Amino acid sequence: MRLLCSLFVGFLALPVLAAQGKVEEFVLDNGMKVIVQPDHRAAVVVSQLWYKVGSSYELPGTTGVSHVLEHMMFKGTKKVGPDEFSRIIAALGGSENAFTGGDYTAYFETLSKQHLERALELEADRMHNLQLDEKEFRREVAVVREERRLRTDDNPNGLLWEQFNAVAWRVSPYRNPIIGWMHDLETMTVADLQQWYEQWYSPDNAILVVVGDVQPLEVLTLAKKHFEPLPVRKRRGYKARPEPAQKGVTRLTVSVPAKQPILFMGYKSPAMVDVEEPWEAYALVVLNSVLGEGDSSRLTSRVVREQKLAVSAGSSYDAFSRLSGMLVLEAVPAEGVALEAVEKALREQVASLQNEPISKEELQRVVNQTVAKKVFARDSLFYQAMLIGMRETNGYDWKTLDQELQHIRKITPRQVQAVARKYLVDARLTVAMLEPGKAPAGEEKEP
Amino acid sequence: MIRQVFLMSLLLLTGAAQALEIQSWRTAQGTRVMYAHAPQLPMVDLSVLFDAGSARDGAQPGKARLLNQLLLEGAGEWDADALARHLESRGIEISTRVGRDIAWINMRSLSDKSILTVALDTLAEVIASPRLDADAIARVKERTLAELRLSRQSAENVAEQMLMQALYGKHPYAHDPLGDASSLARLDAGQLRAFHEQYYTAANAVVAVVGNVDRNQAELLVKRLVGSLEAGEKAAPLPPPEKPKPGIQRKRFPASQTHINMGMLGIRRDDADYFPLLVGNHILGGSGLTSIMGEEVRNKRGLSYGISSRFTPLWVQGPWMLSAQTKNDQAESTRQLMVALLRDFIDEGPDEKQLEAAKKHLVGGFPLKLASNRKILQQIAVLGFYDLPLNWLDTWATKVEQVSASQVRRAFRRRMPVKNLVTVMVGGAKQ
Repeated sequence: MRLLCSLFVGFLALPVLAAQGKVEEFVLDNGMKVIVQPDHRAAVVVSQLWYKVGSSYELPGTTGVSHVLEHMMFKGTKKVGPDEFSRIIAALGGSENAFTGGDYTAYFETLSKQHLERALELEADRMHNLQLDEKEFRREVAVVREERRLRTDDNPNGLLWEQFNAVAWRVSPYRNPIIGWMHDLETMTVADLQQWYEQWYSPDNAILVVVGDVQPLEVLTLAKKHFEPLPVRKRRGYKARPEPAQKGVTRLTVSVPAKQPILFMGYKSPAMVDVEEPWEAYALVVLNSVLGEGDSSRLTSRVVREQKLAVSAGSSYDAFSRLSGMLVLEAVPAEGVALEAVEKALREQVASLQNEPISKEELQRVVNQTVAKKVFARDSLFYQAMLIGMRETNGYDWKTLDQELQHIRKITPRQVQAVARKYLVDARLTVAMLEPGKAPAGEEKEP
Repeated sequence: MIRQVFLMSLLLLTGAAQALEIQSWRTAQGTRVMYAHAPQLPMVDLSVLFDAGSARDGAQPGKARLLNQLLLEGAGEWDADALARHLESRGIEISTRVGRDIAWINMRSLSDKSILTVALDTLAEVIASPRLDADAIARVKERTLAELRLSRQSAENVAEQMLMQALYGKHPYAHDPLGDASSLARLDAGQLRAFHEQYYTAANAVVAVVGNVDRNQAELLVKRLVGSLEAGEKAAPLPPPEKPKPGIQRKRFPASQTHINMGMLGIRRDDADYFPLLVGNHILGGSGLTSIMGEEVRNKRGLSYGISSRFTPLWVQGPWMLSAQTKNDQAESTRQLMVALLRDFIDEGPDEKQLEAAKKHLVGGFPLKLASNRKILQQIAVLGFYDLPLNWLDTWATKVEQVSASQVRRAFRRRMPVKNLVTVMVGGAKQ
């Protein structure tokens, strides 16, 4: 074990929060990272175990394997029977679940603080001793196929999102759907899972985040006891698959039985890992907020309220994804308004960001919201753990969470204009439209 | 001037470092206030609840929700743009939401005095003085129509709404809170104004506050907040629903899955069978994958991703619903399995082991229900709204512990017989 540091840099001009201790960070001898955020408001603890693996690590033919493995992690080890994990946590009054994303797979338990050790013991057990049973796998992969039908195949907006990413990214693994292509889910085998498990479920590829009514050194002692005996597995090399430069606007249409058209416009934009200078990513954060976050954003104020072309419009951008992603604009057109007209309106808003600097008021609004959100985030143990876990798993120091405000305060309107000109350009743009198709014969007509 | 009447206060020992003290009082105009001091974070969460949910729509489905949505589209001197800038430039978050019983307005603000003062003054205008500008009404109607279209392209939503309609018939819980196109088209500013005058009143409101304000500040703050509301009257009690007609309804829908939703009339918020039915449902389908339904339908057979049952307690009998979704060609066999499992449970009741596991989960999980300001707010707001005793949370665990297997069996046999089951199946058409 190596004690890295115990840092909490108070960039915010906030009162000292008595109930909240310092974040502490440790690394076990086998390379596993442990991060503890004490929060003594309730006698409760959240434990999240994050693995650096998700759909963006996957290869064609076995997409969805990270997520299926996440499901199988509840199906037992040598010591713990199928689904017994969930029953044990339930009997302790806890709740448990897991989630998979492009860049991570995470397992969590929320329970009364005295039961933390049991949760860690169980997590350590399934990090190394998972039993992948053929029969259990066949049932569970059927559940995942139902999940895919629910979330994607029968969900027009989910389908558009999947196709949008698959078309926008020629090479980048962000083209993979998290849940996997249906054919891959039909041909997946236990051997695929076994190989994936052995490749990625190793203590040096995991981060334990514990937030709640605990002392960091107590958590460290428990983590050492249960995780340090686990051996490091040798990982095969992982080849990067960088996206080649796009050379013009890319367009796609999805036409399925649906009732409401929708529009996505994605501009490939660098994450912190790829920006030439860090301020660029923070300028994109500010740009995104001014453009499409909240009721006072430009998209809502101008395109929805003033022009009445859309009933809702917004944008999103993640500066801290593992790989570079997109700044995505999304709009639901008003009745009778063509998607092309909405696209034109959104492009005008993009152009106005390029043509003139944002106002001081707009910039100040982003700063003030950042200050407030930083405080609000502390109300939820789970969310605090999520923020830390996601940063670390994506390859960023959790301390970047505390530095954000300082960086955003330094951003100028000119810098926002500069990134708008550099990144929100046609050569980086993909436009996706959901155009409701006719329902097949036999479908009931709506009254 | 409003006189603040102190009613009672209760120390709730949650095993937390600090005990949670819930205080409650009623303002002179009749607004019940629920309050818990949480000084650890420099922020305040506040909810205003009006008995003005979609059950109050009358002959105009969508009215309650349309008005509730319009609150943030302009109030007092601010039009929608100015209001959004006014709030967001200070990091203040306000959102609104409408269910069958409750119209919610939720606010989250830093407790810094200069910000909180603005937040409260603005919220006071939002609840008391909506502008109901013509262009805002038109815009929110448009948005609602889009939400209706989005809802109708989802088999899940279609199935749930069909089931509510089948369970409640002519009762005001039956219709979709979103309303329908023809009703929305007819709703005008005058009708919305009248609805506001009738239901957004002090006597018909409950305020819940959790955060970094002490009791005196909280009293002043609530006084300021509800001071400009008309005194008004409490909404009349809702009629009990009539017994629904059991049976199966099927609707073809272009999807690869069929959504299977089953239901019966469930429980009132103050139901005598509340605890036996709550504990029983937890075992049957309320505890995710450890429940009977989760175990049998998903874990053992891989038939459905989502499988759960839940009671939604309301002023009068709210729905009990059991739902799953599976590919079309196994929908009928899955439905039969769900009915068989339900029948077995009602006939046999839980065994002692299941009962013990459920109690451990529910009682052991109690501290989790109060582990953040927002969760505490949610709990006490609902207590206040339904006029439940202040010791409800304090006695909750004991009441769960006291439930016996025979009580669960009796309550399910009497209240939830399979012959009452209403089922809807939505899906099945080829894509």
